[in-house]
Amino acid sequence: MNLSILVLILPFLTFVGLAFFGKRLSGITAGIIGSISTGIISLIAAFIAFNYWVMSDGKSTMILFNFPWLTFNEHLAINMGLLLDSLSIMMVAVVTFVSFMVHLYSIEYLKGEERYGSYFAYLSLFTFSMLGLVLSVNIFQIYVFWELVGVSSFLLIGFYYQRPSAVAAAKKAFIVTRFADLGFLVGILILSFEAKTLDIPMLIERLSSPDTLTSGNIKMHMVGGLSVISIAMFLIFIGGAGKSAMFPLHIWLPDAMEGPTPVSALIHAATMVVAGVYLVARLFPVYFVLTPEVLHIISWVGIISALLAALIACTQTDIKRVLAYSTISQIGYMMFSLGITAYSHGETLGYTASLFHLFTHAFFKALLFLAAGVIIHAVHSNEVAQMGGLRKSLPTTHIAFLLATLAISGIPPLSGFFSKEAILTATHHANPVIFWLAVIGSSLTTFYMFRLYYLIFWNKPAEHHRHHEHALFSIPLIILTLGTLLNGFIPFGQFISVGLEKVQISFELGMAAVPVGGSLLAILLATLWYAKSTSYPDKFVSLLKNFYRWTYRKFYFDELYQFVTHKIIFNLIGRPIAWFDRNIVDGTMNAMAWGSMYFSQAIKRIQSGNVQSYTMYFLGGVIILLSILLYAYGYNLIN
Amino acid sequence: MEGIPLLHILILSTALFFIGIYGFFTRRNLITMLISIELILNSVNINFVAFNKYLYPQQLEGIFFNIFIIAIAAAEVSLAIAIIINLYRKFNTIDIEDTNTMKH
Amino acid sequence: MNLLMLIWIPLLTLLTILLLKKDKTIKIVSLIGSGIQLLYSLVLIISYYRYRAAGWTDAYLFENRITWFPSLSIHFSMGVDGISLIMIVLTALVVFSGILVSWNIQTRIKDFFALIILLSLGAYGFFISTNLFVLFFFLELAVIPKYLLIGIWGSGKKEYSAMKLALMLMGGSSLILLGLLGFYHYSGIYGGTSTWDIKELVHLSLPIEVQRVLYLLTFTGFGIFTALFPFHTWAPDGHSSAPTAASMFLAGISMKLGGYGCLRISTFLLPEAAQELSWIYIILASIAILYGAFATMMQKDLKYMNAYSSVSHCGFVVLGIAMLTRAGLMGAILQMVSHGVMTALFFAAIGMLYERTHTRMINEMGGLMKPLPFIGSAFIVVGLCSLGLPGLSGFIAEATVFVGSWERTGLLYRIATIVAAASIVVTAVYILRALGSTLWGTISHKEYAVLKDATWNEKAVIFLLMSGIVMMGFFPFLFIQLLNHDVLTIMNNVIK
Repeated sequence: MNLSILVLILPFLTFVGLAFFGKRLSGITAGIIGSISTGIISLIAAFIAFNYWVMSDGKSTMILFNFPWLTFNEHLAINMGLLLDSLSIMMVAVVTFVSFMVHLYSIEYLKGEERYGSYFAYLSLFTFSMLGLVLSVNIFQIYVFWELVGVSSFLLIGFYYQRPSAVAAAKKAFIVTRFADLGFLVGILILSFEAKTLDIPMLIERLSSPDTLTSGNIKMHMVGGLSVISIAMFLIFIGGAGKSAMFPLHIWLPDAMEGPTPVSALIHAATMVVAGVYLVARLFPVYFVLTPEVLHIISWVGIISALLAALIACTQTDIKRVLAYSTISQIGYMMFSLGITAYSHGETLGYTASLFHLFTHAFFKALLFLAAGVIIHAVHSNEVAQMGGLRKSLPTTHIAFLLATLAISGIPPLSGFFSKEAILTATHHANPVIFWLAVIGSSLTTFYMFRLYYLIFWNKPAEHHRHHEHALFSIPLIILTLGTLLNGFIPFGQFISVGLEKVQISFELGMAAVPVGGSLLAILLATLWYAKSTSYPDKFVSLLKNFYRWTYRKFYFDELYQFVTHKIIFNLIGRPIAWFDRNIVDGTMNAMAWGSMYFSQAIKRIQSGNVQSYTMYFLGGVIILLSILLYAYGYNLIN
Repeated sequence: MEGIPLLHILILSTALFFIGIYGFFTRRNLITMLISIELILNSVNINFVAFNKYLYPQQLEGIFFNIFIIAIAAAEVSLAIAIIINLYRKFNTIDIEDTNTMKH
Repeated sequence: MNLLMLIWIPLLTLLTILLLKKDKTIKIVSLIGSGIQLLYSLVLIISYYRYRAAGWTDAYLFENRITWFPSLSIHFSMGVDGISLIMIVLTALVVFSGILVSWNIQTRIKDFFALIILLSLGAYGFFISTNLFVLFFFLELAVIPKYLLIGIWGSGKKEYSAMKLALMLMGGSSLILLGLLGFYHYSGIYGGTSTWDIKELVHLSLPIEVQRVLYLLTFTGFGIFTALFPFHTWAPDGHSSAPTAASMFLAGISMKLGGYGCLRISTFLLPEAAQELSWIYIILASIAILYGAFATMMQKDLKYMNAYSSVSHCGFVVLGIAMLTRAGLMGAILQMVSHGVMTALFFAAIGMLYERTHTRMINEMGGLMKPLPFIGSAFIVVGLCSLGLPGLSGFIAEATVFVGSWERTGLLYRIATIVAAASIVVTAVYILRALGSTLWGTISHKEYAVLKDATWNEKAVIFLLMSGIVMMGFFPFLFIQLLNHDVLTIMNNVIK
């Protein structure tokens, strides 16, 4: 298994090589190098997964190597190492696979781009950091790679750096997630202080063994009625929520679509944005045992994000933005699925379901984005108004997009059905309110996805001009479509569960009928409204005028943030501080300088140049000194 | 000399000293001021001689000091006169009021 | 290993420069001199590793002593530990890069290079001396040439800035001098013999009343050198008026003289007072960190921006020292090194942009990444280092300071740490803003499209300093290994 270190080394070497020599490579050489390296690591990942689940019991936790990288003191250190357990191996498999698909696809998609080499260098950097993140043994190591994926996402969103909107989006993404990372960092500091370790297995052991609460090994410091551990775990969740674009930190993800479309598929749909889910899943035992109240918060944040994003997605007209909101919505499902385990009396089906959804979502969402990339490549626009009637001109893409849409809608027997159904089953057992909200969300998802589908491929009479679908576009699409079709049949509960016992994901027919029925109704509605150009949508919009406007403007979150950052932080904090510094602090220093200058100006007049007055002062001084001495000592002065 | 008490001589030297001070403060002519300084120096000389004679008649330090002061005074006067002559050449006056340009 | 070499090499370089006439030879001689110094300091650090590995546990190694004024017990006694060695390497690196970056300077070349070498001489002397009087002597030697460097080769309102800088630093050194005289005086009263020697003063236990006064005097004095709030205002004006090499020296080394002093003198020699009074400087440092970051956010001039961000970053140095925990001290030292290299590269890159665009205003530049990919990449890397990206040095230092600060329990310290941590967001805002509007977007002026990218000397500077940043970012354990012994020595003295 020592091969697994190559999973990190290979993309890093590719990054270094392409960053330095990428410019000298001609044509598509850089893309081919990147793809080969990613292809090798996805093979290795497959090998590791095979070894782990088929050749051995699939339950052990292996720490491959654990190197003290930055030692703080006796018990705290950032160790760099590889932690191989079911969760991380699943993530490695997903990341390497999607990354490989995206690499292949990008070879053609980015062809002719001036910074071709840099693009693949950044892509390798991302792959390296994401793999480092999921394989971390140390919670600070997660933070290290967490920041690195953040910066590679930043570089890739701003890849078209001559477009001001891309630069603004990159900055927004970085700063919003940085703000969340502050929570993560403080959370790590608190946890490390309380648990006296940064090592994840040891941390989990110390904080989640059944006797933690009773033995007194970990002192539960209380602040304002909350244990500090709860605060820490909540802060860590904020970090995850920022990266996963959860409400109210979701605003950066739609803007991040300024990046090249394959990047959106890899980073902003399949892998990086689910890092928050991964983080909560990684520390799940601690959440579950010690801080169920944080899981309650997580479930509500998840369901609110899922519904809000679904609503917004119904009104957007930019193909990539619709997909971005759907990503937020689907990650919301994963989040609340983790969260509701706190309501379900010790049952952890939600955990497995969440990761199952993460797994299937990575495939069909990457597929949707890559298909959208083909469409954008053909139409040269992101706006659905410019599309329509593309069903004949892009046949492969059409089929792939349709299947992915069916999958995200949860129509059996596609993969999305299985994972979403698992989530809904777990939720139904735990919290009926969240269950019904989730069902509504699921119908909304179906509606906006079919709306998008019809607006792209139908709505107008079919174009017969056949766009060229390059083989490097079609192959990843076909492979991902296969994944979308088949992934649902994987017995996921056998592979990934909280404890050592396996989870059986079972379906009740009555349970499945509700969401599937809702989705079918939504498909019917979307077909009626959007299959041909009709006036129903406009009538409906005029019926709900204000609500539509609010939704269309994304509930004014961007404006709110704009107001807070520009009006409050810039004008009420930054500007006054800059003024205070220049005028008060520096003014005090200058005033001291001027004061001494005025004082010396004042006493300068004594030096008149008149010798006689000097002598007079001298004599006066002597007399004064003498009289003081005489007064003080009297006769003693003489004797 | 035995007839004259020390006090009288001290009164003389004090008078001489303050006459010198007075002259130094009131006169505007540099030469007169120089003469006043000489008066001050000489009053000190008188003190030295008198104290030497009356308190420590067997020693000669007072007398020696006297000779030092006379020598230094001579040097000082010659320097001062040189300065005054240069001032006169530059300003065409030896009035103290007009020669205050060295204050800055 | 003879530490006197660290004085002799720059001194000989200086004398040679003074004798030479041709500009070209002057440049070459000073480059060679500082290059030899850099190599020698690297040799020193390697042999230091070897000595420590061989089991030498003395606080100072390579000790040497030359008698100056025996009656006042002023001796030129030298010795280095890991902390001073790493600072010496930093100095050598920054001075070498500073000389390379000023290759194209036009006016009064001889004086310029002579003053730079003189400055470095002061810094080397400061870091190697273990006698407080000699240490102060070298500290002053490193102040005065700055006045001339800014006043003669500076830009903008240079006389004002030079005067302000010189006066405020002199104010700081007068406080330091008072404190050091206090050490001399009270060591006579409470220890029998008056001494300036650090190694003897450590064993002296001064009463707490005396310690308090000396601690406040020396820490505030050295704090002025590190641009501690509210004594930081010399830094923005000074940096922005100074020529590039002087800015690099000023931010890269001069501010570190203060941090080193806070650590070596105030904290090491006055442990009880440090325990009692460090809260003052913790408050000031956390204010400086966040306040400096907010002030940075509002700057329009790149040099002002970097100067204010230096105030913010040097706040971490003081915070780490004042927290009095092992990781805190370690983090403070790492931050000194990291910030020294990073800010030197930042100023160098700003200087390179300024030479080409003739402006330092952020909103006047734009789209420079396209014509200047090499300088632009350096600018991005140093910006990312400044905002604490893992893999570069800034992250290592700041993370260590955070962990160290969190170890000190108490509400005040917790709040100070969170305030300091909040600065990472503000830092991201101003760094991205600067990078975004200078490098990215569309080219703001037509003439920018034909700018020439880095020349050989600029490439060398970028390469050298960047390798320092990356080295620390990738291999922090090497630095920890170097410093661990000395940090433990100081900690053992603080927590008796």
